[in-house]
Amino acid sequence: MNYKMIFYTVGKVVLIEACLLFLPLITALIYGEWWVAVSFAITMAIAFAVYGLSKFCFTPRDAIIFSKEGLIIVSLAWLIMSFIGCLPFVISGEISSFVDALFETVSGFTTTGASILTNIEGLSHGNLFWRSFTHWIGGMGILVFVMAVASKNNDRSIHILRAEIPGPTVDKLVPRARDTAKILYLIYIAMTAILIVMLLFGGMPLFDSILHACGTAGTGGFGTKNNSIAGYSPYSQWVIAIFMFLFGINFNLYYLVLLGKIKDVFKSGELWTYFFIVFGAIAIITGNILATCHSFGEAIRLSAFQVTSIISTTGFSTANFDTWPTLSKSILLILMLVGGCAGSTAGGFKVSRVVLLGKSLKREFKRVLHPRTASVIKDNGKRVDEATVNGVMSYLTVYVACLIAIFLIISFEPFGLETNLSAVVACFNNVGPGLAGVGPASNFSIYTDFSTVVLTFAMLLGRLEIYPILLTLLPSTWLRK
Amino acid sequence: MKVVVVGCGKIGQTIVSSLLKEKHDLLCIDSDPAIINEITNSFDVMTICGNGISYDVLKEAGIEKTELFIAVTGSDEFNMLSCLAAKKLGAKQTVARIRNSEYNTSSLEFMKESLNLSMAINPEKFTAEALYNLLKLPSAIKVDTFTSRKFEIVELIVKKGSALIGMSLIDMRKKFSGKFLIGVIERRNEVFIPNGSMTVCEEDKICVVCANSDTHKVLIELGFLQKEAKDVIILGGSKSAHYLAEKLLKGRTNVKIIEKNRDRCEELCESLPSGVDVICGDGMSQDILLEEGISTTDALVALTGSDEQNILISFYAMNQSVPKVISKVNRNELSELSEKLGLDCIVSPKHIIADILVRYARALNATVGSKVESLYSLLDGEAEALEFIVMQDFEYTDIPLKRMQLKKDVLIAGIMRGNDAFIPGGEDCIKANDKVIIIAKGKSLYSLTEIIEGR
Repeated sequence: MNYKMIFYTVGKVVLIEACLLFLPLITALIYGEWWVAVSFAITMAIAFAVYGLSKFCFTPRDAIIFSKEGLIIVSLAWLIMSFIGCLPFVISGEISSFVDALFETVSGFTTTGASILTNIEGLSHGNLFWRSFTHWIGGMGILVFVMAVASKNNDRSIHILRAEIPGPTVDKLVPRARDTAKILYLIYIAMTAILIVMLLFGGMPLFDSILHACGTAGTGGFGTKNNSIAGYSPYSQWVIAIFMFLFGINFNLYYLVLLGKIKDVFKSGELWTYFFIVFGAIAIITGNILATCHSFGEAIRLSAFQVTSIISTTGFSTANFDTWPTLSKSILLILMLVGGCAGSTAGGFKVSRVVLLGKSLKREFKRVLHPRTASVIKDNGKRVDEATVNGVMSYLTVYVACLIAIFLIISFEPFGLETNLSAVVACFNNVGPGLAGVGPASNFSIYTDFSTVVLTFAMLLGRLEIYPILLTLLPSTWLRK
Repeated sequence: MKVVVVGCGKIGQTIVSSLLKEKHDLLCIDSDPAIINEITNSFDVMTICGNGISYDVLKEAGIEKTELFIAVTGSDEFNMLSCLAAKKLGAKQTVARIRNSEYNTSSLEFMKESLNLSMAINPEKFTAEALYNLLKLPSAIKVDTFTSRKFEIVELIVKKGSALIGMSLIDMRKKFSGKFLIGVIERRNEVFIPNGSMTVCEEDKICVVCANSDTHKVLIELGFLQKEAKDVIILGGSKSAHYLAEKLLKGRTNVKIIEKNRDRCEELCESLPSGVDVICGDGMSQDILLEEGISTTDALVALTGSDEQNILISFYAMNQSVPKVISKVNRNELSELSEKLGLDCIVSPKHIIADILVRYARALNATVGSKVESLYSLLDGEAEALEFIVMQDFEYTDIPLKRMQLKKDVLIAGIMRGNDAFIPGGEDCIKANDKVIIIAKGKSLYSLTEIIEGR
């Protein structure tokens, strides 16, 4: 295994993080929060030191990596990045417990948006900014960013891209992985900028606009207010709802739009399924909550916001959906499991996997009825590799297994089935708020340190789609055999 | 430049790897998902799994913006059709691999014209040419010829007792009155473009540039010459064996081909002139080799389809003290290994083809002042030798070479002017319409101006 290349690349990630920490530092300075600024400066110094150490100790002889190295690079990078990222909270003393700070940071980078803070509005501007900015960094992936700005062309960087971008398969947009990373980030930056402008246009203050745009773009869910988005105008709510919906779509499709191939965009089976699920869920929930709302317009606004927020695994809220009828709550819980499209910033099981599972199930039914039937699974009019189909099957297995394991581990907590289960589902799928005890009106501070660590781990597992983390933990990965 | 490669077998992958180093944007098409998977994992390119003739696949590949389209699948007919489709859909240049000997006759020109092909490449034919050059100069481990055969670049290993050992390049120039030039030296896996004070050591690999007419004389003076091979045994009746035998027979060399398959033997007898001996037998059998005179032959060329067999037979032949042993080895790791074990003369068809396409791609890049005419990679790709044609608008004509500020690791190794070919000295200058040979290390030159410092 190419250890040097692994640690060298991880070192580069730390360097990029150190540079990105400059933005919250400036924010803190603008608002005159001197002690917070100092805490960011200390963190930056530590990050630079770690980078220097990695550069000094690990200069790779060659850049040859295989899929194993790719997976390990990604999981190590995310771990180290989270440890460094939580330091400003600890040093500034605003989140005194290290475990809580780590939970908050991982929740940020994995774009979960689950919080242990009881009073968000009490946080300093610098830390608020950093909290939301971690969503933006984690959304598209930091290694994709490193690839776009700092790495040389490497024939094998596809392994890193594949380990960090969620979904069953990764398609490059252009021949070079580096250019692909650049295009993805340009689309991401452009969409975030448009969102900021549109929010400003609706009268939201600049600071809030930027933070909410970061939270929406990364499909994270950290905001600036204790009641999330509920206090903003219906216009802002609609804008955020629409953008949450957009950030849940595969970014490759936006590239096709840029190329003017609109027709190809609508050939995507995943997109249609996503549309179908979203609009179906909105329709059902609107009908279900109509009686509790003042008008039809309000019902549809609340239901559309909650549905797009949950399926894109953002986790903003404009209503306490915990008080909604059970049917609506069940639908939202199912949406948490489904998640957004592959190749988007959203988490969850991914719509494309659901589509493939459905098709594969249909084929099995056909096989039972006609044992001699020959059929292949097609997607977008093209044959899907059997290896991909099998990959989705085994991903389902390991996904459910992890869900069950984490649920079992934290079930000693005395909060009842609904709270525990929805907490695990919300963390594992990077949604954020769950139901009952961890619903939109409450938060994760109720859990003990042990459970907080377990849920932190669940968020990382979910964001990186299980395999990288599991593989890094296996001893046989590291032993020379 | 956008390049599409159809067919990603051994040759296809080598082409992809070399063109990728040249910073082209590559897209690979192959119908085998396993191969596509392998390509995605090891090269930074786009891939499409599908049929390279199909309209939809070519459209998806963005064929209308493609500047170079290369079809190198195993089937000639597929390659031709694929190129035709690509051309009709807007690809600028198309290159097809056509290796069937029946197409490589007078029908080739006709095909090229009617299919609008920019180039037809035949790896077997190029391999045969490289082998032929080696058999003409058996002391060399690689011989490349520039256009119109005015210059040759010969790779040699300095063996014990050579007159060159301990001599500096300036001394050599004085002693041998500048008829040749040592362009590159490889010492302990490190490659140098030498300056005048560098001396030659034992075990060095050197690349000697000299005018074609002088090669023999120079090699004799340097103590390198072995007599030209007059008796050659070829193992394996492959297509390249066919082309090689054809060429050798024209030079009145005795050729013996040993091939296992009787049908193939008869085909060879039918298509080759009667001077050739075709033996039907297993070339791996030492008895047959002894019976066919391996102990007295001048050279043995191992051309069977299997790298491993070629290597083993070559070692056996070296053991039998055959003066010149050449083996065809296609897999990189095997050729490196056998080179370490002492097999110095290895020919690899896929690298020959990759060189040709790299040169072609560079020549397509329109540049001011010069045009790439030929390109060879030297010492396993560590350095390269290029031939440029100097155009009228080249800025640095008529400046004595000693006043030109050349970049590091660049050498002007030869100039061809009209019918003359000479190794330039400091007083010589480049004139329009010259052909200039440049040796460079660690860079990809696209035009002659790039050799000047600061350009």
